[in-house]
Amino acid sequence: MTDQTAFHAGLLNPSTPVPEGLTDAQARPAGRRYGIYRNNVTVSLREALAEGFPSLVGLIGRENFDHVARAYLRQSPPTSPLMMHYGAELPEFVAALEQLKHLPYLADVARIDVAMRQSYHAADSISIDPTALQAMDEDTLLATRFSFAPSMIMIRSRWPIGAVWHYTLRGGDKPKGQAEDVLILRAEFDPEPIVLGPGAGDVVLALQTGTPFGRAIEQGGDAFDLAALLNILLPHNAITGLKS
Amino acid sequence: MPDATSAFPHLPALPGVGYKAQHFTDILKDPNPVGWLEVHAENYMGEGGRPLAQLRVLSERFPISVHGVGLSIGGEGRLDPDHLARLKHLCDWLNPASFSEHLAWSTHDSHFLNDLLPLPYTSDTLTRVADHIDEVQTVLGRRMLLENPSSYLAFAESTYSETDFLAEIVRRTGCGLLLDVNNVFVSATNLDYSPQGYIDAYPLDAVGEIHLGGHDEDEDDHGAPLLIDSHGREVVDPVWALLDYTLAQSGPKPLLVEWDTDVPDWPVLADEARRAASALTRVLT
Repeated sequence: MTDQTAFHAGLLNPSTPVPEGLTDAQARPAGRRYGIYRNNVTVSLREALAEGFPSLVGLIGRENFDHVARAYLRQSPPTSPLMMHYGAELPEFVAALEQLKHLPYLADVARIDVAMRQSYHAADSISIDPTALQAMDEDTLLATRFSFAPSMIMIRSRWPIGAVWHYTLRGGDKPKGQAEDVLILRAEFDPEPIVLGPGAGDVVLALQTGTPFGRAIEQGGDAFDLAALLNILLPHNAITGLKS
Repeated sequence: MPDATSAFPHLPALPGVGYKAQHFTDILKDPNPVGWLEVHAENYMGEGGRPLAQLRVLSERFPISVHGVGLSIGGEGRLDPDHLARLKHLCDWLNPASFSEHLAWSTHDSHFLNDLLPLPYTSDTLTRVADHIDEVQTVLGRRMLLENPSSYLAFAESTYSETDFLAEIVRRTGCGLLLDVNNVFVSATNLDYSPQGYIDAYPLDAVGEIHLGGHDEDEDDHGAPLLIDSHGREVVDPVWALLDYTLAQSGPKPLLVEWDTDVPDWPVLADEARRAASALTRVLT
């Protein structure tokens, strides 16, 4: 008998022998016929990862990516049929790889890839009317708490990850070695990673965690540009609620 | 998410295609698009965004077939209740013209393997598959179609032919069948039996939909042909001939062209659908 435990055991481990009880039409051992399934599993998972991590593929090249993906998928096969979520832990896996230690920013750039996919599939939401903010008197505004679209995701890094992402996939300016906070926003259906100015990441984090507007903007420090942040959030339909 | 409940209760006996997001605009602009569309259920299980928005628009114009690829109906373990609930949510929201899944397994020990894996055909596996189909039909509150697999090997322990196995599943559960004629051709070549003989033995009365797709060619350890179900190219002539052979016995059925890898531009896929349309015309004349 060939139970699924035996069939499964060899799929992700090429050194495992072909299970007993599998044959061709002449009752000879299945041999490489079993290898078709083994190959299908590996290739389909690898392709799903490559599709989900375009910037990582661009940064290390497809051949290197395939090596990383193969090691990852053998260690961490999907645990759900929703392939849209597969690979969420690949950034941590990459961060721990000795061979990639010379590229310390890789994992955080890969986190943008993960967040872009999460944002793409996140729930739809309705943004506030921007004039609602202008209509508030100052005291009310300072006491207001914001809520944000489920598709808004912030990735904070010690590295210029937004610049690296743009440079890799869209050919932007050569990245400079400074820390960056990247805010992924989805105005309608297409997520966009936007590099935040100085202090803005701290302000967004404070707002996300329910801090009233007045206290949140104090987190930004001297170089924080409030108008610039609002000019990112409002056109991208990021603010979905105001609560005083 | 507004309700997308479709007004199409059945798949028409016309050609359809497996829907790919990159064809959205082309399909809506095509003055003579296909008769219906099939979507992979798992691609529409996100919370929102473009996939669901597109599906809502398409469901207003086309009958939609929801085709699951991740339920693992042939699995030894119990069906994943979370996944079944997601399928129910999608079907309740969309009210598709058809729901289908595979005679295969893909989940084991909580690992999802993203492939349609084979099972032996025995009285034990028959009971298990029938129980799983009963559960699916009860939870979804609708009849499902079960698709025959592409096989690359045989199980020494099997005691049923695939056609007898499927016929008995239909008898026990009342489910319908999705007949993939490319899978029949692939399995018949790989396991050295007659594809026409398979069709002759197959319970055609239960067929609610027919699939067509492309396959690749390889060889086994002994140099025998080994066909791989790849859905990455045109349907080959012998499969079109097998479709004609099938339709001559079954009468017109909803036909679906699947193309899932190296997906071509819309006109190429539309040409394949037109070829399917001419097969339907032939059976009516």
